[in-house]
Amino acid sequence: MREQGVDITPGTLFDAEEMVINMGPQHPSTHGVLRVILKLDGETVKDLDCDIGYLHRGVEKIAEHDTYAMITPYWDRLDYVAAVSNDLCYVGGVEKLLGIEVPRRAEYLRVALTELQRIASHLLWLGTHAIDIGAVTVLLYAFREREEILKIFEDFIGARLTAHAFRIGGLWWDAYPEFEKRVRDFLKILPGRIDEYETLLNANRIWLSRTVGIGVLPADEAINLSLTGPVLRGSGVKYDLRRAQPYSVYPEFDFEIPIGENGDTYDRYLVRMAEIRQSIIIIEQALDGLPEGPVMAKVPKVIKPPVGEVYFGIEAPKGEIGVYLVSDGTTKPYRMRIRPPAFINLQSLRRLSIGHLVADVVALIGTIDIVLGEVDR
Amino acid sequence: MLGTLTTLMLVAPEWVLRWTKEPRGNAFWAEFVVWPLIQILIVLFIVLTLVAYLVYLERKVSAFMQARLGPMRVGPWGLLQPAADGLKLLLKEDIIPLKADKTVFQIAPIISVVAALVVLAVIPWGAAWATIANVNIGLLFILAVSSVGVLGLVLAGWASNSKYSLLGALRSSAQMISYEIGMGLSIIGALMFARTLSMSGIIEAQQADGVWYVFFQPIGFIIYLVCALGETNRAPFDLPEAESELVAGYHTEYSGFRWALFFMAEYTSMLVTSAIAVTLFLGGWSFPGLGLIKNQTLFVVVSIVIFAAKVMVLIYLYMWFRWTWPRYRYDQLMDLGWKWMIPAGLANIVLTGIWYVLALPKSRGGVFGLMQLGLRDRLAPTRWSGIIYFVVTGFVITIPIIWLVLAAINRRTRDFNLHAQRQLQIKLRAKRLQKHAEPQAAGEGAS
Repeated sequence: MREQGVDITPGTLFDAEEMVINMGPQHPSTHGVLRVILKLDGETVKDLDCDIGYLHRGVEKIAEHDTYAMITPYWDRLDYVAAVSNDLCYVGGVEKLLGIEVPRRAEYLRVALTELQRIASHLLWLGTHAIDIGAVTVLLYAFREREEILKIFEDFIGARLTAHAFRIGGLWWDAYPEFEKRVRDFLKILPGRIDEYETLLNANRIWLSRTVGIGVLPADEAINLSLTGPVLRGSGVKYDLRRAQPYSVYPEFDFEIPIGENGDTYDRYLVRMAEIRQSIIIIEQALDGLPEGPVMAKVPKVIKPPVGEVYFGIEAPKGEIGVYLVSDGTTKPYRMRIRPPAFINLQSLRRLSIGHLVADVVALIGTIDIVLGEVDR
Repeated sequence: MLGTLTTLMLVAPEWVLRWTKEPRGNAFWAEFVVWPLIQILIVLFIVLTLVAYLVYLERKVSAFMQARLGPMRVGPWGLLQPAADGLKLLLKEDIIPLKADKTVFQIAPIISVVAALVVLAVIPWGAAWATIANVNIGLLFILAVSSVGVLGLVLAGWASNSKYSLLGALRSSAQMISYEIGMGLSIIGALMFARTLSMSGIIEAQQADGVWYVFFQPIGFIIYLVCALGETNRAPFDLPEAESELVAGYHTEYSGFRWALFFMAEYTSMLVTSAIAVTLFLGGWSFPGLGLIKNQTLFVVVSIVIFAAKVMVLIYLYMWFRWTWPRYRYDQLMDLGWKWMIPAGLANIVLTGIWYVLALPKSRGGVFGLMQLGLRDRLAPTRWSGIIYFVVTGFVITIPIIWLVLAAINRRTRDFNLHAQRQLQIKLRAKRLQKHAEPQAAGEGAS
């Protein structure tokens, strides 16, 4: 009898050498409604399978019935902890399809907001990853800083989580007067706070023994699994869409792409912490060079892209999020396809987990950094 | 009720003796029935209230560590929160899973909480009348009874008929049994100096020596603290109820007041292990300058306060650990128990024994002759030279030797040297990359 790829043979607990255990969909550490079916020998994972789709809404199909402008809010709800990044992807895709030149001020503000969102997403990841491993306090500290970012979003965009930050052609609003000062104030305190987290975790023997050498993924395998984002860079591959396929105004900024050495859970943690620091540098540059001018390009009232198709991908906090749009010349897309980073990264869970213990599976789900809204779409 | 039974059990032999020899007198009833009952009621009342407020304290401590306020709504500063929680748990629906073993499911939390509460009988809360039963094997009694607590957890996990509960129960039984060994070994060093198992006797011995045994037994104290954390399932050893892995471990299927009993048992055993640590290593209720108080009643009250304060310091330490550290993994926990704590405990016993024998009076085969006969024919380092000798041997010689022993044992362990482990992986990866590079080069050559 095979169900979901894991062999479930009937028998009592003591007849069977292996125990099949169902982690999720209601489980504290599967980050949403992921169902992981584990085949255990004692506590060692023999086999594992992910069952997804509990949060499936059919966003791609819904998009075929909505106009281009109406689709944007659905993107907020994909990776709902990084809504601004998702918006940039979709809006950028439509702009590429239309051939619109976005004003430079709008691009700079977009970069600043997207990098703030990257920091917020990584902070949330850090907190939940730490709480999975048992360090509860880091979560509260990370949320304290994330709250500041959400407040900035609320004042700029009007919403904290599902922001709907960008419009096709630019931004709906210009930055409010204190925006620059508030962001700078926040960036001033943030590096010290990151040092705080690192003192809690980096030198902690328990944290090290829980993360070092857990879920080692060599670079070649990471590429074969088509992973992107920090999971790939943790394995030592220097691939970041902001540099590999530059979009927006990223070529104008000076920043580094942190990579890991061993591809274990600890390296992926280090990569994300380094990325937060790089994001701070990018935001500072964006605020320094913020040009004057309009924030909205001239966009027709009714958006009717020419017949054609386009792919546009950006580096979201979790990896490459991309949109593939096919236009048939009407106001609605003929087909919209999302390249979800978390969905593709989740495929590595089986490869990472086999041979480790149950406790490590929890840490590994955390290290991949999934959001089920995006995995299930 | 249960406390009464225990006390009856403890006094029964003496009771029978008196019954047969003397006519029933008021003094007898007062001494062995009425007074213990009052003591039991007071202790149970105070401890159960304290346990409820320990939960409150834990929430407050964690809140202040995490830039929050904690419970603030029920009463001023949320002080009535424990009462509200208790009431809520009493009124909650009592759910027993359909396929659970009902009887065992109901008995398990009772076993757990009784094992935790019975121990309270022999804890010396203060001087003189503040102890319910001064049993001369008090410590042994505590260790024996608290082992029964594991049974409650195992039965709970088994009877729930849930895989998570079962895994939690298996984990906790393995963990508690291994950490009990380390705990048992860690206290022997202190017992060598005290020469008694009676809890009050241990405190008196420390008073007579004029020094707390933590200074003679630093390693023993550390091992005891770590093992007590493991024994009470507190973080970083809270694997049996690791929320992120096993939902809630052995009490996943419990709700309402049955769950509250487990919770109560956990906090009571935290209190009890702290009380043992205070008794054994921190001088119990004794404190420098306590002898200045001449009023007997005041003396006892102050001694109770001192004991409580010391226990609270240790409990605060436990809470601090919990909210700072991540959780160990199951195999790492076992490693720590069997490869670090138990060898360290054994080495500590051997070394302490050597120092002890060397310091014996010359007439008894010692070398330095730093000990004299003291209270109750007990050999003790009564002079400063003896105390300094034991403190120096404990800190300066024992700690490095034990560290070397542990390092030698664990040299090859996976988690011992994380740096070496990482280097190994980097090497393996380089080898792997080399292997991949070779065929490519060959392919290029061919083309």
